[in-house]
Parts: sequence; C-alpha cells; structure tokens
Amino acid sequence: MDKDINIKVKVWRQNGPKDQGHFETYSLEKISQGSSFLEMLDILNEQLINEGREPVVFDHDCREGICGMCSLYINGHPHGPDTGITTCQLHMRHFNDGDTITVEPWRSAGFPIIKDLMVDRSAFDKIIQAGGYISVNTGGVPDANAIPIPREDAEMAMDAAACIGCGACVAACKNGSAMLFVSAKVSQFALLPQGRVEAARRAKSMVARMDELGFGNCTNTGACEVECPKNISITNIARLNREFLKAKFRD
Amino acid sequence: MNKLDAKIPKGPLAEKWSNYKNHQKLVNPANKRRLDIIVVGTGLAGASAAASLGEMGFKVHNFCIQDSPRRAHSIAAQGGINAAKNYPNDGDSVYRLFYDTIKGGDYRSREANVYRLAEVSNNIIDQCVAQGVPFAREYGGLLDNRSFGGAQVSRTFYARGQTGQQLLLGAYSALSRAIHKKQVQLYTRYEMVELVIIEGRARGIIARNLVTGKLERFAAHAVVIATGGYGNTFFLSTNAMSSNGSAAWQCYKKGAYFANPCMAQIHPTCIPVHGEYQSKLTLMSESLRNDGRIWVPKKLEDAKAIREGKLKPTDIKEEDRDYYLERRYPAFGNLVPRDVASRAAKERCDAGYGVGNTGLAVYLDFAESIERLGRDVVEARYGNLFQMYEKIVDDNPYETPMMIYPAIHYTMGGIWVDYELMTTIPGLFAIGEANFSDHGANRLGASALMQGLADGYFILPYTIQNYLADQINVPRFKTDAPEFAQAEKEINDRLERLMNIKGKHSVDHIHRELGHIMWDFVGMGRDAEGLKKAIEKLKELKKEFWTNLRIPGNKETLNVELEKALRLADFIEIGELMAHDALDREESCGGHFRIEHQTPEGEALRHDDQFAYVSCWEYQGEDKDPVMHKEPLEYEFVERQQRNYKS
Repeated sequence: MDKDINIKVKVWRQNGPKDQGHFETYSLEKISQGSSFLEMLDILNEQLINEGREPVVFDHDCREGICGMCSLYINGHPHGPDTGITTCQLHMRHFNDGDTITVEPWRSAGFPIIKDLMVDRSAFDKIIQAGGYISVNTGGVPDANAIPIPREDAEMAMDAAACIGCGACVAACKNGSAMLFVSAKVSQFALLPQGRVEAARRAKSMVARMDELGFGNCTNTGACEVECPKNISITNIARLNREFLKAKFRD
Repeated sequence: MNKLDAKIPKGPLAEKWSNYKNHQKLVNPANKRRLDIIVVGTGLAGASAAASLGEMGFKVHNFCIQDSPRRAHSIAAQGGINAAKNYPNDGDSVYRLFYDTIKGGDYRSREANVYRLAEVSNNIIDQCVAQGVPFAREYGGLLDNRSFGGAQVSRTFYARGQTGQQLLLGAYSALSRAIHKKQVQLYTRYEMVELVIIEGRARGIIARNLVTGKLERFAAHAVVIATGGYGNTFFLSTNAMSSNGSAAWQCYKKGAYFANPCMAQIHPTCIPVHGEYQSKLTLMSESLRNDGRIWVPKKLEDAKAIREGKLKPTDIKEEDRDYYLERRYPAFGNLVPRDVASRAAKERCDAGYGVGNTGLAVYLDFAESIERLGRDVVEARYGNLFQMYEKIVDDNPYETPMMIYPAIHYTMGGIWVDYELMTTIPGLFAIGEANFSDHGANRLGASALMQGLADGYFILPYTIQNYLADQINVPRFKTDAPEFAQAEKEINDRLERLMNIKGKHSVDHIHRELGHIMWDFVGMGRDAEGLKKAIEKLKELKKEFWTNLRIPGNKETLNVELEKALRLADFIEIGELMAHDALDREESCGGHFRIEHQTPEGEALRHDDQFAYVSCWEYQGEDKDPVMHKEPLEYEFVERQQRNYKS
C-alpha cells in the first residue's frame, strides 16, 4: 500500500548556460507514494513559489511516457531507478521515508544546459533533418497495400520506431554517443522496402551529422540499452554499422 | 451575417470536393516562392501542413512550443486512425465512414466537411505507409485493422498502442526533410502570443521566445493556427501540460468567431484520480473496449465493501456483476461511442455502485478475453497499455480488472472555419483540433488523427491557394509596420500587468480551482442552475487571478510560471464562454448533456427544431457579453435520427 513519506531532494540549479551551477537540497514532507516523481517536483515548486523563491526548471509535457520531453538523472540513472519507463512514469513508491534523492540534468557535450534541469536537445532534430526520412512528397503515392511487408519485418521496424528521442542513451553513455538514437531511425527504414531505396545515403549523412554535432563514439558498453525507457535494442547499432559499412564500400 | 458563409460547394455530396478542386484558384510555382505562410503548431495538423506547403514551394515559418516538433501531443494518441479502405471486406465505404461520423457527432457537424474527411481518409493511409509508418500487418504482409467505438466495421489502422506517435513521427520526418531543403524555417520553444491584423487580414504574429523571454515579430501572407484544443481548461485532463487554448483565444479576441465552445469530449477509459496533487490524467486507449468488459457490482453492499477494501473485484461472482453497457446497449455493447460510455459510468457511480477508494471508478475486465484468446494474444494487443497501467496504479491488470473513469480528453469546439478552413478573419486559417469543423457534438475514436492529417496533408494545402492566388502582388511585409508595434505593445502591457500582481497564489493553485468549477458545473452533466453558478464563480476566480497571483522572476528571461499564467488567464475566459454556450444550448447532444433534456431512459435528447445550428460566438470586448451568431446546419443527404446504439 502507498503511504506518505518525508524526503530530501538534492537538485542541480544552474541559472543559464554560462553559470557554473551548484546543488541545493530541499526537504519535502508527506509526499504520497502514489504521486509521480514529477508531481513531487510540482509540490517542491509550489513550496518554493510560496517562499518567494524561483521554481526549479525542468522539461516535461505529456506525462504519460511518450513525448520524450522529460529527462532527469535521478540517483545516477537516466529516468530514475525503475526500468522501461520515463521520469514522468516514475512513482514515489520507489523511494523510502528519509531518502535523499539526487536530481541532475542530462550531462553531455551534445546537450548544453539551458537552465537548471532543462537541456537543449535540438541536435537530435538536426540529425533527423540530415536524412531521417523517406523522400516522398505529399500525394501521388501508391496504395498502402501495394507492397506486402513480412509481419516480422514490420514488427522489428516498429520496435526501432518506438524511440521517443529523449536522449537518455546519450546521457547514459560515458562517451556521450548518440548511436542508439541514430541506429533506431536508420533501422526502422532499413527494415522496410520503402526505406531501402535511400538506405545508403541515409546511414552516411546521419552518421556524418552526428559526428559534426559533437557526440562521442560507441565503444559497446551497452549502457544506452540498459537505460533506454523504450527498451531499444543495441542490435540496432549493429545494423547501423552494417548499413554504414555497406554504404562506404560502395563509394 | 455574411461573415458566416460556409462556402459549401454546389453539387451532389460525393462530388463537392472534386468540384471544388476543379474550380479553385491555384498559385503558380514562381509565385509560391514569393508567398510566406506562418503555421503555428507542429502536431499532426501543423507538421503535415507545414511540410506539404513547403514541398509545394511556399515559404513556411513553423512555430513549436516544445523543444522539438516530435513532442506535440498528437504523439499520445494510442488506438488508431480510421479510413474507409474496406480491406477487411466487411462492407465499409466512404459513405459509411461519413455516415458513422455524422451520426457519432449527433448530427451537429456539416455534411460536406465530413464527407470530404471520409473521402481523403484513404489517401492518409497511403501517405503514411509511403513515409515508413510501421502499421500493424497480417502474416500475409498486408495491413491489419481493428474495430473501434461507434462503428460496426473494422476500419482502424494502428501501430500497436502508439499510433499517434508513429503518425506524428511520419509527419515530423516529412517536416524535417522540408527543413533540410530550406522550404520550412522551424522555431522551437516559441509561443504565439498575439495575432497581427493589417487592413482586415491576418498578416503575422508576435511570438515569445521561451528561452530568452523576448517578444519577436513575424510577418506572412497568411497565418495557420494548428495549436490543438482547450481541454486543459479543466486542469485535470488527458492533454499534455503545455497544451493550451491561447492561440485560438487570441484569434477570438481579434475577431475570429469561436464555434460550439461547450462541446468537449469526456473519454470513458482513463485512470481514475488518485489525489489532490495529481497533475494530469492518463488515458487508456479506447481499443481496450474491444476485449475488455466494463462492469460494476450489482449490489450496493458489494460496491461499498470494495470501496472499504473488504472485498476484491475477483471475489464478486459472475451473476453479481452488472455489465451495464452490454445490458443497456445490446447492439454495440462495450463499443458504444465515448459520450454514451462516459455518461453510463457516471450514472452508475452517482447511483452508488462505483468502485475504488473514491467510488469514482468502474472496472474494465480482461479475464474473459484472457481465457478466450490466451494471455499471449492479449499481451500482443495491449501489452504496452497494461504495463503503463501497472506502473501508475501498481496493480496487475492480467490478474485483477483495471479501474477506469471518464476524463476530459478532446474539444470538438474551436475556431469557426468555412469549407476552406478559413476563419472569419481573411487570411487566418485553423486546422486540426483547433477548429470546430468535423466532429459535431462528439468525436468518434480514431478520428482525431484522421482529421488532423486530412486538414494538414490534403485539404489546407489546396484551399489556402484559393486565398493566396489573390495575394501574389502583395510584397513581403516589414515587421516595423505600426500594427506590429501595437500588437507587441498590447502583449507587453499584459505581461507587465501579470508580473505586477505580486499576490499570494501560484498559477497551479488557481488553475486547480478552475478545474473544480469546470468539472462540477460544466462537466458531464450540466443544468441551467449549475451553469449560472459556474459563470458567477468564474467571475470571482478571474478577479482572484488578477489580484492575487504570484509569479516569481522577471518577464525577459525563461519564466515557466509566466508562461503558465498567460495560458491560465485565457483558460478562465474560455471556461466562461463554455458555460455561456452550454447554458444557451438547451438540448443534449453528444458530449453536451443537459440534465433537463433527456429521454425517459436517460439518453441525450436533441431538439433539432431549435438547435440544429453551430453556435458562433463573437467577442465584444473586455467584460462585455459575447454575441452569438448561428450557422444553420441544413441536412440535404442524411436524415437526422435519435442516435440508437441499442439495436
């Protein structure tokens, strides 16, 4: 059964990208374990506002684990200690009375801090813009059932397409690599006949853009897969490597 | 009255859209390059419109409130998207999809618009597959369909429980390609705060850069609003935290009519409220009603024992369960439309049969399906939804029934648009949930995605040309025009005023209060007395807001509380207009249920002789009552009937 707990939260505060930043610790009382982690932060912010202080800035939107807007490094884990969920789906029943919870932003060269816990992930958009699509205009496309696609391929493409672009993979990686993110998109399209046409060009241009934007290399530690809230598999990285090498050999 | 010309093309229903396209004005490629279009919003409607218009050659400026277009709340739609493909060979057709949508909307939408929606639905599926959207497939490699509320055929295409996500990512990829090709300029973390009108036409916007707090001016030949609905007026809803009605409200205050504001949809299958600090409600896809059976205990004492924790749902014997939807609506059973299912749940809970510790919940039970299909099949269909439920509630739905309760989900009302999706302000368009057009008084499941993409991919890119064809000689606007300065001053004064209140309460505190008023008096069951009370209470709340709000920090910097305050100021006024409209519409239809107007069996009772019109509200100024104009809904092709889901 859920009960009320008293906790401390140690939160990273940073007033803008150039500020050095520091931790501040706040006490919270009678937090229901049935409330979500972000609701706990709402309560903290309400408390700060009532005290005339500035609330903690953090990204969040759908609060049901699909938009990818929420982030947060909680007690050393992207999206907190539970697996297979985003921060907004984390509930306070994973914490105990008397706990001190440490909350930090994603830390990576590719994601500069905007304020407090909010980071700039526009690099992900730039990678997608480099080739994360099938080049079709609106209209003039064949009937949806014109190309049969084996169910297994469609399912594998869907597994890869489930990526929400939150950036946990980059935050979890000691090299700050974006390979899991890039490989998920490359895989989704490489597995489908519609996407094969541009597969080589796509793999090359997305990888080139990723490198330009300051993300690190993949050294196969597998941390990204462990922390991914959508359980995106690192077999996608293997597929990306194959696609990339194939494309390079052809050059 | 001339302003309310819906511009429905002549001819038989099935030929109207073709006729329109054959005779509309087009803009040639050289001229397209000289025309700018602002699209506000990057959800299904906004992203698909921006991408399509960019591909055609217009210069598009696209504004996104989040850090990326991929975050827009369309992403949260779970169940699917309707189309009249008839792949399962179960008798579906464009006409049938049209008919189900008109009927589902309780005969309060326009025939011509809805027919066009059904007509382009098939193109949407083709487009999405071409983009690489991984829809569910059969073993033979062809697309799979499932059934949804309000229909007797299986016409819903889906990608597990993440259809909205996959369709949005499809539109986002098209948009990303257009950005790469410099056809679209994207602005993320920007919020529209004012509409700019020059000589009676929409010519630009003022947007606030949410990172720097600075106000910036943008000019264009036309402005498209694709900012979604205003469900967050209720504080607790299934909408995302940043979903708001402010862009639409700015248009309303600048003269665009607001249509059917009272028509809000309450979704029957949401996870019940757990406590005072709850920030939002989570929807469980309507597709669950395909295999889940909804029930409450038959005996009051059983319901009471469950609420007190003395009995578990699995203790209740089969004969002591009331599968009330199957009982009341044998023909559609658990698949009745959303408004009907929501009201039935409320009726049972109000009568004392509700479960959960609050008594505001009913069961959605999969035991029978698991027995019939096996756990594997149920898991393959709904695994991610079951996981989501378990993470939130800490109960295993494979072993014990889910608990659900209705919550605000979607708003059918919105900015009034004509057949061309243009508002009453020339050059201002509204698409997707932001307009009022296609769902009448109630939207069917899997139709929001359809409408958003229909508007964005296949309708607006045509109809906007009919307007822009006259604008090819209009040079690009400079943003130093006095109209821009004036609009910027207005919003700057408003921000100043908000910062200077320096009261006691946080934005959320007052928003929560607004939510209580709305849910209690303008929610699932409304009556004249309650609505009048709501209007009084909202006036008081507005005063409280403008005298007792506290916003920390300052306005020319990143300030989340200030963003929320701007939106809340509008939500309070939207709430007032919803209450006015609900009071005015003395009938029950779809999502609008007036307690005074029901059949002896408790079903919604329409009054077609008096209310077969769209209520179009015109703003009259601060603290003045708005004026209502009527757009009559003349039905040429369909006969209005009492909706019947019983037989």
